[in-house]
Amino acid sequence: MKAPPFAYVRAQTLGEVFELLETHGAGAKLLAGGQSLLATLNLRLSAPELLIDITRIPGLSGIKVADGKVSIGALTTHAEIEYSAEIAQCLPMLTLAAPHIAHVAIRNVGTFGGSIAMADPAAEWPACCVALGAEFVIASKTGNRRVGARGFFQGLYATDIKPTEVLTTIEIPVRERDYRSTFLELTRRRGDYAIVGVAAMARKTGGTLSDVRLAYLGAGQIPLLAQTAMAALEGKRPSAAVIGIAAQALAADLDPNGDTDSPPATKMHLARVITARALAALDA
Amino acid sequence: MNAKHIEHAVETTLTVNGAAVTRRVSARQHLIDFLREELGLTGSHVGCEHGVCGACTVRVDGKIVRGCLMLAVQADGRRVDTIEGLSDSGEIAELQHAFHQRNALQCGFCTPGMLIAAHDIVINHPDATREQVRERLSGNYCRCTGYHAIVDAVQTVLELKKSAPES
Repeated sequence: MKAPPFAYVRAQTLGEVFELLETHGAGAKLLAGGQSLLATLNLRLSAPELLIDITRIPGLSGIKVADGKVSIGALTTHAEIEYSAEIAQCLPMLTLAAPHIAHVAIRNVGTFGGSIAMADPAAEWPACCVALGAEFVIASKTGNRRVGARGFFQGLYATDIKPTEVLTTIEIPVRERDYRSTFLELTRRRGDYAIVGVAAMARKTGGTLSDVRLAYLGAGQIPLLAQTAMAALEGKRPSAAVIGIAAQALAADLDPNGDTDSPPATKMHLARVITARALAALDA
Repeated sequence: MNAKHIEHAVETTLTVNGAAVTRRVSARQHLIDFLREELGLTGSHVGCEHGVCGACTVRVDGKIVRGCLMLAVQADGRRVDTIEGLSDSGEIAELQHAFHQRNALQCGFCTPGMLIAAHDIVINHPDATREQVRERLSGNYCRCTGYHAIVDAVQTVLELKKSAPES
């Protein structure tokens, strides 16, 4: 189908965006990569009065490593992250996750910040951000504020961003060298929405895992941190028995909705399967 | 101050297959409808119109994109290459020949998008394995061939480039 009519403005500065958001309220939508937004417009699932194109505003894109953290501009594309040497070195989880996002042509345009602001429960970046303890910088007319990833995702497609605010930067701490991470996702076909996926990180010292972080996509309304399973793994050597206990503990952590192919019980089973694989990868 | 900039139609200048084009474009028109209806470049196909099928694949500033997921106004100031331009310039001649030789198309609806996606592999991932070729073409649906012949054709060109890198 074709998109409904809307007005379009290409913002040159963030100040201009704040002004437009204030004037137009809920009728305005920000256009970044547009790889989800334009699909919803074409399907007429959304009918904004105004699209504010933020892609030409300088300073909202790029990857910087400084002071023990990686700062990723909201407009950095999935492909830029996929092929970034700095990301591969400092945040290898993101390098592993990127190829799971849709397809090449979409990764060339879709943005890191756009995916996070959209908060699709099956999306890769929100789960990675929760696992990695990311902080989001949210700008408004009155200045910047920071929100941790866990507090940011509030419900299905719902985040902490207010209608007059813009997500500008994502900051992710660089961990010590004994941290390991991985990312696994199950789909029926390459590039499809995840049935379920896991972003996993842990510190491995002397054969035991600590500071274990397991965040799941496609397993609830928001990316979920599996705290019961994480506690079952803390300080343990990930033996088959320990992994089995952690996998069972996921029942308390995850709340998968069924989709057309996978009922909740199937999703829970598959979450356990990829958890075991992820822990084996962290222990390798 | 912003009022005059907020419009339903926007003057847009872009370069299409090397030629500068300026049109007043409806904001809601996606790039493929613009190419097909305003410029008569009907080689880019409109399939699903929500980013799934890949029939609308074109190149913008050298990168492959979904033409149905980009507004024409967003292409302002950018360089767009369509199947017509890539075909006329001879840039994809080897791929076209290999598709022909391998019977890598039947109805041809997916072929323009498939060729542009395949060309992106040839340019940027010349060492792609068969599995990687399949992955990088996963965003382009073909309902006729079952993909094997398409992957064969792409691999033929990759091998050809390896054995004769000058060509």
